[in-house]
Amino acid sequence: MKVLLQHRVDILLFILLFAGMSFALYMALIGAPTEKTMGDIQRIFYFHVPAAITGLTAFALNFVASLMYVFRKNRWWDSLALSSAEIGILFFCMLLITGPIWAKPVWFVWWTWSPRLTSSLVLCLLYAVYLLIRKSFEDPDRKAMVAAVFGIVAFADAPLVWFSIRWWRDIHPSPMLETGNLDPSMRPALYTCMAAFLVLFLYLLRRRFYLEIMRNKIERMIRRTDTIR
Amino acid sequence: MIQVRALSKHFGRFSALRNLDLSVSAGEFVSLFGRNGAGKTTLLRIIAGLSSPSAGKLNVQPLQSRSPGFVRGSIGYLSHETSLYMDLTALENLRFFAHMMDASAEESDLKQRMEQVGLAGREREPVRNFSRGMQQRLAIARAFLHDPEILLLDEPFTGLDPSGADFFKNFLAGLHAAGKTCIMTIHDTYLGYEIANRLVVIENGTVALDVPKSYLSYEQFREKLQRLSG
Amino acid sequence: MLFFGIVVLVIFNFSLGSLHDTIRPAVPGILWVAFAFSGTLGLNRLFAAEKENGCLQGLLMIPADRGAIYLGKMLASFFFMLIAEAVIFIIGLVLFNLTVWAEIPYLVLVFVIGTLGFTAVGTLLSAISVNTKLREVLLPLILFPVILPILINAVEATDIILNASDYGATNLPGTSSLPEGLKLPLTIMSSFTVIFGTISYLLFERVLEE
Repeated sequence: MKVLLQHRVDILLFILLFAGMSFALYMALIGAPTEKTMGDIQRIFYFHVPAAITGLTAFALNFVASLMYVFRKNRWWDSLALSSAEIGILFFCMLLITGPIWAKPVWFVWWTWSPRLTSSLVLCLLYAVYLLIRKSFEDPDRKAMVAAVFGIVAFADAPLVWFSIRWWRDIHPSPMLETGNLDPSMRPALYTCMAAFLVLFLYLLRRRFYLEIMRNKIERMIRRTDTIR
Repeated sequence: MIQVRALSKHFGRFSALRNLDLSVSAGEFVSLFGRNGAGKTTLLRIIAGLSSPSAGKLNVQPLQSRSPGFVRGSIGYLSHETSLYMDLTALENLRFFAHMMDASAEESDLKQRMEQVGLAGREREPVRNFSRGMQQRLAIARAFLHDPEILLLDEPFTGLDPSGADFFKNFLAGLHAAGKTCIMTIHDTYLGYEIANRLVVIENGTVALDVPKSYLSYEQFREKLQRLSG
Repeated sequence: MLFFGIVVLVIFNFSLGSLHDTIRPAVPGILWVAFAFSGTLGLNRLFAAEKENGCLQGLLMIPADRGAIYLGKMLASFFFMLIAEAVIFIIGLVLFNLTVWAEIPYLVLVFVIGTLGFTAVGTLLSAISVNTKLREVLLPLILFPVILPILINAVEATDIILNASDYGATNLPGTSSLPEGLKLPLTIMSSFTVIFGTISYLLFERVLEE
């Protein structure tokens, strides 16, 4: 029964996602006005920013889940931590790909060591390392605990990285890649995309999370059947 | 004094301990038997506090009310590995652990302990040069530096030559007489039977047999053990 | 550890050879890369002795709080790394033809705080990596992203001290108060050390237990 219910929620989410993302695509690519200096390439912005926000949300979720695992040692939290880390990396890859694509025609460079770009790269690396650590342990409980510890370390590190790079940039100025205020006429497109990305995030998270929960269940079942020798 | 209730420990898909119950009162001397992989070492590690159970309760009373650190200080644990620093001399090893375990680190005391285990005169030799049997003797000295109330010994007779085994047997008898509690894993059926006053067999992660020694003669016990371990 | 650091200095000298005398701005970066690499070597071996014979078990059985093991190991790696840094720095002075006298107290401050932060989190990560299949290979991978704030700020602080004239600074030698530019990096490094020292101390036990 529980599985059916979850399945229903997922189907609902998927429909919502399909509709929402289609609408968002329309808004971003057609509905929103063309930016006067950059032209159509600016439209990437509507996906770039939501990707950043969802990615950060995913990592924040990983932090909370890691913290909870350290205190409760319940594998449910570990599954959540793993799922959110993977999805966070996914969105950050989106970020790191859309960024340069946008930057090249506009500022003629693929990359610059601005605070946001560099911090994003470092953050992505940190969580890639999180996954690497998980791969290095066999025992699931040990893996979960060590990963949780690193998850806490990584999230605590992020703001420090941001501040350090920010300050460094002040000393060594480099081309400004940050956008300033947003024209009100562009806001609807941004909000739609933001909402669509949120639904995408929820959908992906749920699916990935339940995959892990299933894995844990199988592990428990194998353990139980093992007693019948 | 040691109470284990519904203890389970698993490593992923593998269950090392399943719903294990065991109670050991103060002054009891338990010999733990069982096949390789039956869960004896895991059980000992959990009681020692080196491993945390996946489920179930562990009570080490009456020390439970104190901090885990205090409980650890009352336990002497001897494992498969000697836990000795290879590059330090025997005396340095003992001195280090004496400091760590809050025991007397006076040179005279340490020398006496080395004498006790039959290693007199070898204080300044690096442990790397010791034979396996000598390392085991030093490990024994190390485990008992702080005169613990509870002893958890994992196959302590490994590597000991007959004189070493004799010495350790007498050593344990002395501790038993002094009222210490002990749980010892052992493979030598006769030795285990001789030393203990309670016999426990672990099979498949759970207790298969748990009797005071007086219930069974040695032959009876050995027979039962054969049948259980297959 | 020492040797490796010096080798790094030499390698940099050759790879940046075209800079010749203008290498001075690059020196802080080179120094800290050398420090970081040799520090990593030291951290790699931090738990090696314990791994050999299950001595870690012996340590875990002590009556005291297990966080004390962390503190002990951290202080040990801190001292060794600091000594290595001192020697590497002196050799760096020779190799790169620098003269520093009045700057020494500030440099010491930066080195000490930087190394403290490095070892604070490095000890925890070393304990993690020593128990994995990959062992030593894992440590640099997990250490460097985390240690970035320390590296960035340490390099900048060292740069401010060594190349003060580039910043139009007149406030270095002789003054008893900290030069303006140094306040921020030192604050960040100190916060890093405090935050990660605390996190590591509290979570160290979790990483070792099974």
